[in-house]
Amino acid sequence: MEHSVIEATKAVVTLDVALPGIIWGWMITLNMWAKSIGTGVILVGAFLLYRHKKEELSGLRWKMPLISFIFLNIFLLFTLVDLHQPLRMINIFLHPHWTSAITVGAWMASLFTGLITIMALISFFDAHPDVRRHCPLANSCRKMSGLYETIFPFTVFLAIPVTLYTAVIMAESSARELWQAPTELTQMLLAAFMVGSASLILISENWSKEAKRDLALVLAVSVFFSFLMYMGEYFFSFKSAEAEATLEFVHSGGEYNVQFWFAMVLGYIIPFFIAIGNLKEENRTLMKFAALTALIGLYLAKDVWLKIPQMLPLS
Amino acid sequence: MKLGFLVDLNLCMGCKGCEVACKVENEVPLSSWRLRVKYIDIGTFPDTSRSFTPLRCNHCENAPCERICPVSALHYLENGIVNVDSSRCIGCAGCMMACPYGAIYMDPESNTADKCTYCAHRVESGMMPACVVACPVEANIFGDVEDETSHISRYIMEHQGAVQVRKPEKHTNPKHYYVGGGNQTLNPLAHERIEGYGLFNNITHLKHVGDPNHSILDRFTTPIFGHKHLDNKSFVDMPNDNHESHEEGGHH
Repeated sequence: MEHSVIEATKAVVTLDVALPGIIWGWMITLNMWAKSIGTGVILVGAFLLYRHKKEELSGLRWKMPLISFIFLNIFLLFTLVDLHQPLRMINIFLHPHWTSAITVGAWMASLFTGLITIMALISFFDAHPDVRRHCPLANSCRKMSGLYETIFPFTVFLAIPVTLYTAVIMAESSARELWQAPTELTQMLLAAFMVGSASLILISENWSKEAKRDLALVLAVSVFFSFLMYMGEYFFSFKSAEAEATLEFVHSGGEYNVQFWFAMVLGYIIPFFIAIGNLKEENRTLMKFAALTALIGLYLAKDVWLKIPQMLPLS
Repeated sequence: MKLGFLVDLNLCMGCKGCEVACKVENEVPLSSWRLRVKYIDIGTFPDTSRSFTPLRCNHCENAPCERICPVSALHYLENGIVNVDSSRCIGCAGCMMACPYGAIYMDPESNTADKCTYCAHRVESGMMPACVVACPVEANIFGDVEDETSHISRYIMEHQGAVQVRKPEKHTNPKHYYVGGGNQTLNPLAHERIEGYGLFNNITHLKHVGDPNHSILDRFTTPIFGHKHLDNKSFVDMPNDNHESHEEGGHH
């Protein structure tokens, strides 16, 4: 028989029921990651269009909403799949409860996806006049070309709350102290700029040098500040006892420690130095590598931050 | 009217009668609990003591679960009870993430969130919650905390200074009080929960949230095509590694 020696001053649980482990798992991580890309490409795309002429950004007009459309649908799919009663998702629209950030977010994300779908259809058929030349839908999309420019400012405006609302859901998850920080809002916005620029770097082959330089700058600035905030959370003991106990899952070594530092190196440190180097001397291959590591790193970092607060017993 | 609960931990002897009564009254499936009694030991033999803490939904006045629920499946009743409408619940588990007391579970039969409702169905009929009736030492006291003549109000008045709530720093204003509790019994960070350590069965974690035999695809098809009815026997027949360990053999 194995014996355990427990210090006299320590209390131990000797009989209790099994507690749930991780409730929101990899599907929610994927959901947040995909949403960051879906909104990020719009935000960074808008920034590029403000700074540069359309001719310098070939294909951005149709590629930007298309990437956003794909990743928003991944986000919506995994939101639905993670529900234990997915067919009742309709209740969010039939019986909305407006104090819930989940409700507000679902409505905004649905509207945003609708607008992005219209933009993607218009711009795709505009850019490919030979595709489905006799299809009535394709032709009516081509006729509505001007609508793209009308909708675009609204989508840029809407992309901000759509990317931020997950931080409000986390703030409403009051059992998880680690997420009860205003910094989560900034982290969400920086994540969107980080993966938005990373995604556009991968399709920016024929763009002007200045546009590519701007993309590298956005990536460098966003990963720098995001990394700084993670380090602040990691090293400074300014939070509650619960948040400190949560961070112990990273501090004390083990799989989450490895994953966290892997995420920091891949997602933040490598892209930062490559992007800064790229500002002096352009290297397309290295920039694409940096974009890929930023995408992987963000997923890993979000995964750690999502799971560790759920490891703490609440009662 | 604001219904509240008080547990006098000086009286509780850890018989788990309330736990069993709750299970039976509310047909709570195996591996799920609306009310549980936790044993906490302190000290080194022979100078040891054991405390028993019944844990259930706190029916907070400022309930985070109610606030985060996207479809109002969790809602307040006029008497202050935080009730659940399982027919509306979408199973997003937002409430499980929001409740600071870990009082909400995903029912493995219905795949919806569920929790203690202070036996709202019994209260509506003028009866006491099942756990109150079952308690042999009357450690569970239930009543209207806004009525100063009620038993619970008088008990609170008589024990002024010794009445505590769990995690007051969360500003949830719980309507569930404890007398005779301490940091080590009410604060989950003040005691160790050693995985595998145990008295009668091992301290462990659930491996599933909701129905362990339900794939993601089943979640979509079941409401249309139906599914095999699960009852408590089905859960007993399931392989043990789907649930908490039931190993016997006492202390490890």
